[in-house]
Parts: sequence; structure tokens; C-alpha cells
Amino acid sequence: MIHMSRTNAIRSWGRVVRADHVLARPHSLGDVGAAFDAAKARDLTILGHGLGRSYGDSNLNPDNILLATTALNRFISFDRETGVLRAEAGVSLDEVLRVAVPAGYFIHTTPGTRYVTLAGAIANDVHGKNHHSAGSFGENVRAFGLVRSDGAECAVDPETAPEQFAATIGGLGLTGLITWVEIQLVPIAAAYIDQTLIPFSHVDGFFDIASTAADTFEHTVAWIDCTARGAQLGRGVFSAGKWAATGDLIAHQNGGPTLPVDLPGQALNPLTLKAFNTLYRWRQTSKPAVSRSHYSSFFYPLDSIGNWNRAYGSKGFFQYQCVVPHSTARDAIPALLERIARANEGSMLAVLKSFGDKPGRGLLSFPMPGATLALDFRNRGAATLALMADLDTIVCDAGGRLYPAKDGRISASVFQAGYPDWQALESLRDPLISSSFWRRVTNS
Amino acid sequence: MTATISSKHFVILGAGSASAIATARRLATDGHALTLLARRADVLAESAADLKVRGARQVHVIATDLADNVDQKAILLDAQAACGVIDGVLVFYGVLGDQARAEIDLSHAREIIDVNFTSAALWVLAAAEHLETHPKPDQVLLTISSVAGDRGRRSNYVYGAAKGGLSVLVQGLAHKWANKTGAPRAVNMKLGFVDTPMTADIEKGGPLWAQPDDIAQAVCRAIQSGGPVQYAPWFWRWIMLAIRATPAFIFNKVNL
Repeated sequence: MIHMSRTNAIRSWGRVVRADHVLARPHSLGDVGAAFDAAKARDLTILGHGLGRSYGDSNLNPDNILLATTALNRFISFDRETGVLRAEAGVSLDEVLRVAVPAGYFIHTTPGTRYVTLAGAIANDVHGKNHHSAGSFGENVRAFGLVRSDGAECAVDPETAPEQFAATIGGLGLTGLITWVEIQLVPIAAAYIDQTLIPFSHVDGFFDIASTAADTFEHTVAWIDCTARGAQLGRGVFSAGKWAATGDLIAHQNGGPTLPVDLPGQALNPLTLKAFNTLYRWRQTSKPAVSRSHYSSFFYPLDSIGNWNRAYGSKGFFQYQCVVPHSTARDAIPALLERIARANEGSMLAVLKSFGDKPGRGLLSFPMPGATLALDFRNRGAATLALMADLDTIVCDAGGRLYPAKDGRISASVFQAGYPDWQALESLRDPLISSSFWRRVTNS
Repeated sequence: MTATISSKHFVILGAGSASAIATARRLATDGHALTLLARRADVLAESAADLKVRGARQVHVIATDLADNVDQKAILLDAQAACGVIDGVLVFYGVLGDQARAEIDLSHAREIIDVNFTSAALWVLAAAEHLETHPKPDQVLLTISSVAGDRGRRSNYVYGAAKGGLSVLVQGLAHKWANKTGAPRAVNMKLGFVDTPMTADIEKGGPLWAQPDDIAQAVCRAIQSGGPVQYAPWFWRWIMLAIRATPAFIFNKVNL
């Protein structure tokens, strides 16, 4: 039995697209296979959908079936001696941490929100502030369950099914429906991070700090003032953190304010952005250089405001995240920032980070050795699309690529240039699984 | 995962319902022991694994159809033997049924009444006696009822009657225990609309729809303290006050 209903209520995090979907809501792992029967009967494709934190269209499948994993949210086992945890696909990192932290463990790497499911973390091979030391999420995945349209559920691990494993890590959910996930957690001594803040007055300063900090700090990221220009282009504050050696093991609390309505689209305009960025920089640089904070405020500052995506108004926003190789980053990143500042666009929280050399385990893992820049643009239609197309050109010329989890508009040629292995994924894709994103970037 | 000194033992009847699962998860996180009763053994096994990972001291499962003619007293003794003296019995199960069908198909009407009232009432009576004969400080007997039992209305009066009957039963029990020192507390919690598989076919939307975890939060609070009649979410108390006070000549014009 699987419950199906039509809805237009599902949007991705950027809220640009509103489309009709058939929503399938299995209540137990045994029901997942029935979704394929329903898809065959209606001649539709399926896509797994978790907490909807992907920004663009990689988690949408308009006029087709979305399989909501929200009710597949049971833990299966947790070995408190070894830190091996197995849970159903829809368990969120938020819930994992509430179990893991009091037991003295943390996930080996985390994205900037804990409201992503385990299956979503695999499908996008998510990365975090410790990429340079720990690699991306796929590193800690020991095995997962996969149901394909041609058969029963099978367990996939890197030894017995290396091809399917590599295709599914960062595989955008296209190789089958992920049913459960087993990950290796890492021990922590306390729930706190010792943070060091280092301001820099030009983006060149970032590269100098990043190259030295990488060896001494587990977690690094920089906030960039994307409204600054000229001699101050890409000024910002570098944040470096290490797990504290002492302290309690209290997990985060949920709750806090939620944006109940869409802010007017004009709330974030060049003037307020400039003001915010200036104030934010002043606040960051007036903080003590070294401080201790709970992991929730270090890793998940935006999770403290529910529905923060409504701040961009009813037309939604685009997130832009690219990576360019080290060899070209020192030219390409300033060029990108120059173009953004010239457009008077940008966001409150633009971030810049150096990835490490550890290659992702997935065919289509986003991270590569180099620098990654991420920021939001409110949706102003053609002007925003033109700006991002210019940025795409800079990224492509620099030998870089964009992050599918953040994208809802790049051309097939931009995507294919960045991910030369895309055809290998296409050949392993389940024929009954598809997404709006995949149809666009493969021209199908 | 808090200290086991304060760890209690709760028996959950109808542990497969969404609100019961959310409640069990909260209780597990606090390190309590749980006995789960529901029909499907496979669902119970999945829940037991989940609750142990979340921190439950112990999880005991009993697969049985609660609406069947079962030996309630023996089952409660079995739960007690497995996880210790019972601190709370939480009655979650119920079936919404189909009002239109119940009006012409009396066996369906009987099923709605049997599940929601007759069997639940017997469980409440058995649990009340069990708690009285195996006393412990701060015991609680909590039933999940419905605002549908507060005033009969055309769209669900068979279900409403059964739930209303259950509400009266527990109200009486609370009255019996009210002035007895050391007696357990009886709490009847009336729910409004909850977004669960039970209501999957109803068109949802608007601020009146609660999530199962909202109910779980209210239940966990009610286990600690509060009066014998509670509403979840809380605003239903005032909505139902208004609905009960509405004169028939107005109420009859409203399609509810």
C-alpha cells in the first residue's frame, strides 16, 4: 500500500519553480517498491524527495511522481562502541545528531544545514567546512539499500558493488530509490568548536590564509563581503575551527523564530545588502579572535531561523555555487566577485572555501581540489539569469563546475563540460527515475 | 539518555499510530522503558529498533489486535514483568471509519464503536485497576480522544459518539481519583485535526492541522502535570467551547 495524491505544494528551497507532482508517501521500507508499480501503471517517472533543501530543480520531477521519504524516518541500529549507525533514508542529520552527540559522536562531515536526509546527503555527496581534511559525505558511507525498478532491494557497498556505489554517491537519486543508509560516525570529546576569526581586506588575503590554515584547522570557511569593490574586492573574515577537547556532550535544541510570511521582494536590495554586509563585517571583526561556540551555531547558523528562504520574497531566489581548480582560482574568484559587485547583486552570506585534494567517491561528486564560492541572488528574472550566465562563462573558462544541488538553470553544455563522467551515470540511471534537472542537463 | 534513576515504564496501546510513534520517540530520548502494543509485529519490531537507538532503556513489544477480546489484565502483568512497575498507560489507538457507510452498514458502525469505545473502555478499566493494585508515585493513565466527541455533527457522529463515550469514562475515573492521595492521574486528551496516515485522504491545509510531534509534545507535558481534560493543540479548548455554546438553530445551518 502506498498513498498517492496530487499536489502543487512542493517547491525546492529556492522557491522559484511551482509545479504539479504526484506525491507518493510510503510509510515503511517495504512499501517503496510499490511506487515503481504505480509509476509503471501511470507511465510516469519517480524521484526520491526528502526535506527539499536542494535549491533548484534537482529534487523536482514535475507532472511525475515524487516519493516522499519523510515517513521513512526510523533508526535501525547504532553501535555505541564503534560509531556505526544505520537508519532509514528519510532520517535527517538533525535526528542523527540528537542520537550521536550525547553518545560522543558526530557525523564525519556536515553541510550548512542539519535539515537534510541521509539519502539526500548521499545523493548530493554533500560537503562541509572540513572538506580539506575529511572529504565529502560519501567518505563515511559504508553501505546503503537501493530499490530499482527491475527488482528487489539490494544492499550496496563499495566492495561488492563498486560501480553502483560510485554512481549513487552524488548520483542525484537517479540510480534507484535509497531505502536505508549505514554511516561511520566519528568520535568527539565535546559538543563545542574552538573558533578563530581572521579578517582579510582583499580576496588575495583569503588564499594566503587558507593555504596555511588548512594544515592546522579541521574546519575552515570564509565569509565574503560581496558588495565590496576595487581595493577591497572580496574582503571578508576567515573562520577556522577545531573540536574542543573538553566540555559537555549536549545536542542542539530545535525551535526558535520562523519567518511566517514571505518578505517583500524589495526587502533585500543593493542598499540593504550593502548595509548588512558592512555591519556583519564590523560585528565579525569586533568579536574576540578566539572563541568557543556550540556546534549548532558554528555549523548551522541559518537553521536557527525557520523558513529563512522566505526572506527573498515570493519570487524566490537562486543559489550559485561553483568550484574552480587551484591553478585558476586566484584569477577566477576575483573575476566572479568583480562581476557580482558590478551587478549590485549578491547576498548577505557569501562564502568562500578551499576544498582539499581528496577526490569524491562518486562519479558526479561536486568537490574538486580548488576554491568554491557560494552565494544567493534574489530572482529578478532575466537580469539575474544573465548575470549567472556570465558567471558560468568565467567558471567554465577556469576549468570549474557548478553544484547540481544548488542549480536550477545551467545549460547542458555547461553541465557536461564540468562533469565529463555524466554519461556513465546516465548508463546506470534507473530508467524509471528522472528529475527536472537531469532532463535539462542531458537534453532529454 | 538521561539518568536511569528517573527512568520510567510506559505502556503504549496502539503504538503504530503516528502520534504514538512521535510520543514514544520523545519518551525514548529521555531514557524511559516502553512496552508497545499494536497489531503488526513487523511494524513493532521496526519501532523497537528505532526507539532503542534513540535511547530507550528497554523496549518490549506485544503484537495483538487491541480491539479483539483479549485478556487485558494478563497483558499488563506481562508488560510489568518485562520492564518493571508501570508508570503510565497511554491509550492511542482508534479508527476514524466512514460515517456515510456506518449509517447504512451496521457492521461498520459496530466496528467504529467497538474499536473506539468498547475495547478502549475495557482497556482503561483494566489499566485503572492495574495501576491501583501496583501503585507507584506519579502514575498516569492517558487516553487519546477527539474533539469530535464534544458535540455531535453530521460528518462523523458515530465516531464522535464512541470517542465522546470514552471521554466520559475517563472523566469519571479522574473524578474517582481526584481526592485520593497517591492515586494515579487520569487524563483525557482531545485531539483536533492531525496530519497522519489516518487522515491521509482528507484535504489538508490551514493553521488547524497539527503535526504528530505537536501531539507528542502535549502528551509528554500531560504525563507530567495538568488537568483531567486537555486539548491538543491547546486552542481547540476554546474552539470547542464556542462550538458547544452555539445554539442549535445556528449550528444546524453549518455544514460541519
